[in-house]
Amino acid sequence: MTTTQHRDSLTRERANELIRAWDARPGTLGSLLGRVTAVDQVGVEERVEALRRRSIKKASKLWALDLAIRMIDLTTLEGKDTPGKVRALCAKAVHPLPGDPTIPSVAAVCVYPALVAEAKEALRGSAVRVASVATGFPSGQTFREVKIAETRAAVDAGADEIDMVIDRGAFLAGDYRAVFEEIVEVKEAAGPAHLKVILETGELETYDNVRRASVLAMAAGADFIKTSTGKVQPAATLPVTLVMLEAIRDFERQTGRVVGMKPAGGIRTAKEAIQYLVVLYETLGPRWMTPELFRFGASSLLNDLLMQIEKERTGRYQGPDHFSLD
Amino acid sequence: MTTETPKLRPWTGDRAPASWGLGEGQAIPWEYAPAPEAREIVRLRERYGLFINGREVPAADGATFTSIDPSTEQPLAQVARATPADVDRAVRAARRAQRRNWGALPGAERAKYLFRIARLLQERSREFAVLESMDSGKPIKESRDVDIPLAAAHFWYYAGWADKLDYAFPGRVARPLGVAGQIIPWNFPLLMLAWKIAPALAAGNTVVLKPASTTPLSALLFADLCRQADLPPGVVNIVTGPGEIGMHLVRHPGIDKVAFTGSTAVGRLIAQGVAGTDKALTLELGGKAANIVFEDAPLDQAIEGIVNGIYFNQGEVCCAGSRLLVQESIADQLIGKLKDRLATIRVGDPLDKNTDVGAINSRQQLERITELVNAGVAEGAELYQPACELPERGFFFRPTLFTNVAMSHLIAREEIFGPVLATLTFRTPEEAIEKANNTPYGLSAGIWTEKGSRILMMVRRMRAGVVWANTFNRFDPTSPFGGYKESGFGREGGVHGLHAYVRLEDR
Repeated sequence: MTTTQHRDSLTRERANELIRAWDARPGTLGSLLGRVTAVDQVGVEERVEALRRRSIKKASKLWALDLAIRMIDLTTLEGKDTPGKVRALCAKAVHPLPGDPTIPSVAAVCVYPALVAEAKEALRGSAVRVASVATGFPSGQTFREVKIAETRAAVDAGADEIDMVIDRGAFLAGDYRAVFEEIVEVKEAAGPAHLKVILETGELETYDNVRRASVLAMAAGADFIKTSTGKVQPAATLPVTLVMLEAIRDFERQTGRVVGMKPAGGIRTAKEAIQYLVVLYETLGPRWMTPELFRFGASSLLNDLLMQIEKERTGRYQGPDHFSLD
Repeated sequence: MTTETPKLRPWTGDRAPASWGLGEGQAIPWEYAPAPEAREIVRLRERYGLFINGREVPAADGATFTSIDPSTEQPLAQVARATPADVDRAVRAARRAQRRNWGALPGAERAKYLFRIARLLQERSREFAVLESMDSGKPIKESRDVDIPLAAAHFWYYAGWADKLDYAFPGRVARPLGVAGQIIPWNFPLLMLAWKIAPALAAGNTVVLKPASTTPLSALLFADLCRQADLPPGVVNIVTGPGEIGMHLVRHPGIDKVAFTGSTAVGRLIAQGVAGTDKALTLELGGKAANIVFEDAPLDQAIEGIVNGIYFNQGEVCCAGSRLLVQESIADQLIGKLKDRLATIRVGDPLDKNTDVGAINSRQQLERITELVNAGVAEGAELYQPACELPERGFFFRPTLFTNVAMSHLIAREEIFGPVLATLTFRTPEEAIEKANNTPYGLSAGIWTEKGSRILMMVRRMRAGVVWANTFNRFDPTSPFGGYKESGFGREGGVHGLHAYVRLEDR
C-alpha cells in the first residue's frame, strides 16, 4: 500500500514538472492566462452602443448623479502641483458645493506621493480618502526597488489607497510573470492600503490584452483595476470598461474574489458618467453600485455633475461661474 | 503621524434626500425611466383604402378589417379589405404603367424616383418607426435603428443599379419581367416592402404588393410617400386583405413574377399556385438556424450574439438563431452567463426606448408560441424564463431558454417564430455541422470561434444561405439573402436580388 502511494506521488510530481515545462512559466500562471477567453472587438463596441441609449431620468438620475460624485477620485497629477493646489482640491473634495450639505463628498483625492502628507492634513476629519499614484507613475519604467520603496513611503505618508501602474513593457514582451510578481510585491508593500492597478489600456491596445492584464492583476491581488493614467490617449473608454467589468464578473464567478473598477481619464460630463453606470449596472448589477467597488478618476467631471444636479432640482442651468474652479 | 483609515460610508441611504425614502438595505433607485417615443408624430386616420393607380380607393364592396396594436389590443384603424375585383384593377393599373410609362423610362429617370423615395423615408423615419412599432409590436429601438434605416438603404442601393443594368450582368441584356405580385410578412413590414419594391422598380417592373393582414399600416403610409415622391400612378399598387387575396394575386394571369416572404406552409401553396405557368417565382420561407459556439469563442460577445439572434424582434425572424449549438466543454459556463444576461432583458411597451423585447404580433402567434413551449416542457426539455414582469394587456411572451433539448424534440425541429431558444450540445466540429444541417430548413447560421480557418471550413459545409461569423442578424442591401431547401429559393439583396427581377437576353 505504502509503495503504491510512493509511486503515485512520484508520478504526480513528474506530471506537475511537465506541466510547468509546458507552461514555460513557473507556477500556475500558464493555466491562469490559458483560461482567459477571447474578446471580439466588434461585439464589445456594438454592446456599448446599445447600452449608451438607455435612458435614466428624474429620481434615478438624481441618485445616479449623487452616486457619481461619491465615486469620484478627484485627481491632480501635474508637475506644477503645489501644496496650495492640493489644499484647494481637498476643500472641494469635502464640500463640492459649499453651503449645500445635501451634496456628498467625493470618495478620494488622488495625488503624487510627494503631496500625500499635504492632502492627508487637509482632509483630516473628513471621510475623504487619500489616494497616491506610485511605482514610477505614469510610465513605470524604473527599478523594482524604487517602486516598492515609493509605495511604502506613500503609505507611510498617509495614503489610504495606492494607484500603481503595471509594467507594460514586460507585459507586451510576454513576460507576464514579471508583471504578476511586481503587483504581488507592491501589494505587500502597500499593506493596509487599497491597491488599484492601472493597466494603461491605451498602450495595451487590444481588448484581448486588456482582458488578460485584468485577470493577471486581479489574481496578483489588485483591489481595483483601473484603465489609465490619464497621460496616454485613449484613456478610459466605455468598451474598454465593459471588457474589464466582464473580466471582474468572470473572476468573481471563478474565484469568489470581488474586485472594483476605476475608469480614469477623459470622463468629463455627467452624461458620460451615467453611461458608465449603466454599463456597470448591466454587467455587474447593483452590488457594484458603490464607491467601495467603483470609482471615476476625474477632475472636471465633478462640476458638470453639480451643474446637472442643480438643473434636475431647479429645472434651470446655472452658469459655469457658479461652480468653483480649483 | 496617526494612520487612520477612514471607512467610506456604505451607499445605502445616508446621503440620499429623505424624499427618496431609502432605508438600510433597500433596493437602489435605479430605474430606466419610461422613455416613450411620442405617438403624436403619426397622424392615424380612422380608415385606409387600397392604393391603386396612384389613388386611394375603398374596396369594391366597401368591406374593411381592423388593424390593432398588439401591445394594447386596441384598434388602430379600419383598413379596406380587397376583393378579387380590386386585385384585378391593381394588376391592370400596374400593367398599364409598366407598358406606357415605367418600363420605357431611362434607368437614370427611374433612379431619380428611387433616390427620392429613399430620401423621403429618411426624412420621415421617425413617423415610420413609431407607426411600425405601434402596428407590429416591435420595440422602437429596432424599428428606429434597424427596420427604417435598412429600408431606406435598400432604396438607395437599388436606385444606384437602375441606370447600370447594362453592366450588372456582363454580356447580357437585362429586361424587366413586367408586373410583380409581392406578398410580404408581418415581422418586418416596411423592410420587406423595401426588399421587394426597390429591386423590382429599379429593373423597370411595376408592382402589386400585399402586406400582411396584421401589419398593413406602414405599407399604406408608404403609399402616401409614393404620392409625395410623384411616382407615376400604377407603378406601386398596394392591396390589403386576408391570405385569400394574396392567393388571388398569385394566380392572377396578369402577373409575370411572384415574390413571397413568409411561412413554408404558405410558400408551398404559392408554389402550387404558380406551377404550370411561366411566372417567375422567388420564395423566402422559414428557418431553424443553428448558432454554433465553439469553446474558443469570445464568450461575452457570443452571449450578445445569441441574445440578438433569438430575442431580436421577439424571435419573429425567419433567420433567427433558434437552435443554440454549444460545445459541451463550455456548455455550463455559457448557459450560466446566458441566464444572467436574460435577467437584464426588458420586456414591455414597444414604444419605450429602453424596451428590448416588445409584443408578439398577434394573439394567434402568441398561442402558437405557447403551444410549442408547452410541447417542449412535455417532451422533457428544461425550461428557463427570467422573472420579468409582463404588461397586463397585450400579447407578450417571456424570453425563453430550453436546455436539455434533444434533436428529436419538436422545439428543436419546428420553427417557433417567437423568443424561444433551444440549446443543444456538440463535441466536435463534425458533429456541429451534422446537427446544424439536420433540419429541413437552410436559411441562416452563426459560428462563434476565434479560429479563422474553422470559419471558412464551416461556411463551406453548412447548408444555409447566410452564415454569420462572430455576429448574428446583420443585414446589408449589398449582400444577397435567401435560403436552401425548405427555406426557399432566389436571393434578395445585392446584384443577385436584381437578377430575380430581370429577364436576361443575349446581346
